[in-house]
Amino acid sequence: MSESKLKRVDLIFGEYSSVKFKVLADTLKRSNEDILEDLTESGLKGRGGAGFPTAIKWKYAAETPSKEKYVICNADEGEPGTFKDREILTRVPRKVFSGMAICGKVIGAQKGFIYLRGEYQFLMPELKRELEQYNEYMSKMGFDFPIEIVLGSGAYICGEESALFESMEGYRGEPRNKPPFPTTYGYMGKPTVINNVETFVNVVMIMRLGPIQFKLLGTSDSRGSKVFSVSGDTPIPGIYELELGMPLEKFVEEFGDGDTKAVQVGGAAGFCVPRKKFTETVIGFEGVPTGGSMMLFNSSRSMYNVLHNYLEFFEEESCGQCTPCRVGCQQLRKGIVAVKKGDKQSLYLDQLMKLAESMKISAKCGLGQSVANSFSSIVYNFREEMIY
Amino acid sequence: MTANEHLIRDLVEKHGTNRTALIPILQGVVETKNFISDTDMTEIAKELDLSAAQVFGTATFYSFLSTEPLGKYVIRVCKTITCDMHGKRTIIQTIEEMLKIKVGETTPNKKFSLLETNCLGWCHEGPAMLINEKPFTGLTHERVHDIISDYISKL
Repeated sequence: MSESKLKRVDLIFGEYSSVKFKVLADTLKRSNEDILEDLTESGLKGRGGAGFPTAIKWKYAAETPSKEKYVICNADEGEPGTFKDREILTRVPRKVFSGMAICGKVIGAQKGFIYLRGEYQFLMPELKRELEQYNEYMSKMGFDFPIEIVLGSGAYICGEESALFESMEGYRGEPRNKPPFPTTYGYMGKPTVINNVETFVNVVMIMRLGPIQFKLLGTSDSRGSKVFSVSGDTPIPGIYELELGMPLEKFVEEFGDGDTKAVQVGGAAGFCVPRKKFTETVIGFEGVPTGGSMMLFNSSRSMYNVLHNYLEFFEEESCGQCTPCRVGCQQLRKGIVAVKKGDKQSLYLDQLMKLAESMKISAKCGLGQSVANSFSSIVYNFREEMIY
Repeated sequence: MTANEHLIRDLVEKHGTNRTALIPILQGVVETKNFISDTDMTEIAKELDLSAAQVFGTATFYSFLSTEPLGKYVIRVCKTITCDMHGKRTIIQTIEEMLKIKVGETTPNKKFSLLETNCLGWCHEGPAMLINEKPFTGLTHERVHDIISDYISKL
């Protein structure tokens, strides 16, 4: 068993360099083109879940002319089953700040913000202390890039980048239409790079190790490692840094309790993979992507209860701005309750699947669009559990 | 000037009068008195040169910015899937019995409110809850009993 274990990686949580802010200092001396080239070469994709190539995002923002630009670190980690960003900000905050400062240099931004979810307010005192040290160091270096922390107030939707800007600007966290994208019209209408906490740390590690070393990890579509948040029916819940592109079967072998019937990959907004598909499923951008959330369910769990819990979550967290999401989430939840109670025939589930599919194409943002992921994968794979 | 007006003046002084200051000001009000009253919202609107409806609209969007009175200690128990699977119901029951209130209610002495909330980001150590901003994880009937007793004794 021990030989077949998944390889543990120690990039993200690895020790700081012996000299304080060494990677940052070295990188700030390099040319922007050089840095972007390394990032492109590394193949780094955003770690929040959507997987947009980081180098392209930065390049777009760098190319947009503007006197004012911003770098924002999205620490509004709210996806059920995800808790890695809290761990990163607790254990290696300096790497996060350094990644943001490197981004600031490359795109020509003057200021950075960390949007921290309200549920993590308790991290503030320590983070502020760390930030003071960072700011002091930066002024000594003669590089002006202050970072400030903005605190959220308990809204899942604010993890959607444009809703996050709205929230930072003092409005309701309602997503904007896209395009325009943040790299041209972001916070305060200015070009903005917004990346996940883990993405910024990855940048620092690429700068430290070089893209070649980074590329040795993962597969051609999913370069590097990923921090996974493992929870649910597992004897060893917690945070694990693993290579991307691993087969789900191996993951279950290692983290399951021997009776795993399904794994929810990517949180409530992700996909539910049933046991019979463990062998063919790859975790990564070429297979089932994830922001890191891996929840395991064993055969004692009712998948109906699981789905009902997700739908209640979405119903409450929908911003209510667009009808497909606002009404759709309610109707999906009411619908499965009606089928379970026998008020509706089981064929009604097909209609609900169609509703979920229309939400996918008509909802305004990722929240409404991704409800169908978990809904359809659970209803399709565990249909009997929805009915009886 | 009333104490409330003082509080808002101080917060405005600290955060400024730009729209970006609105949420930090609302958060400041909640930190001090656990909820934002109608008069607070009108007062903030005046200071920031907004309509009261805009302040109300923003405040009511966020679950942590309560516009209803809450107790000194707000207990938020996570109800999302893994905490639910690992015994959230027992935790709620324990608290309900100890404080003689139901979810959504505040004790008559205005010291505790009990709420359910969505994912707190402690899925690997669930069930979890927040008391004000402080997280408590790995909860069991006994543990939650001790924690709440501790808070009661500190009143």
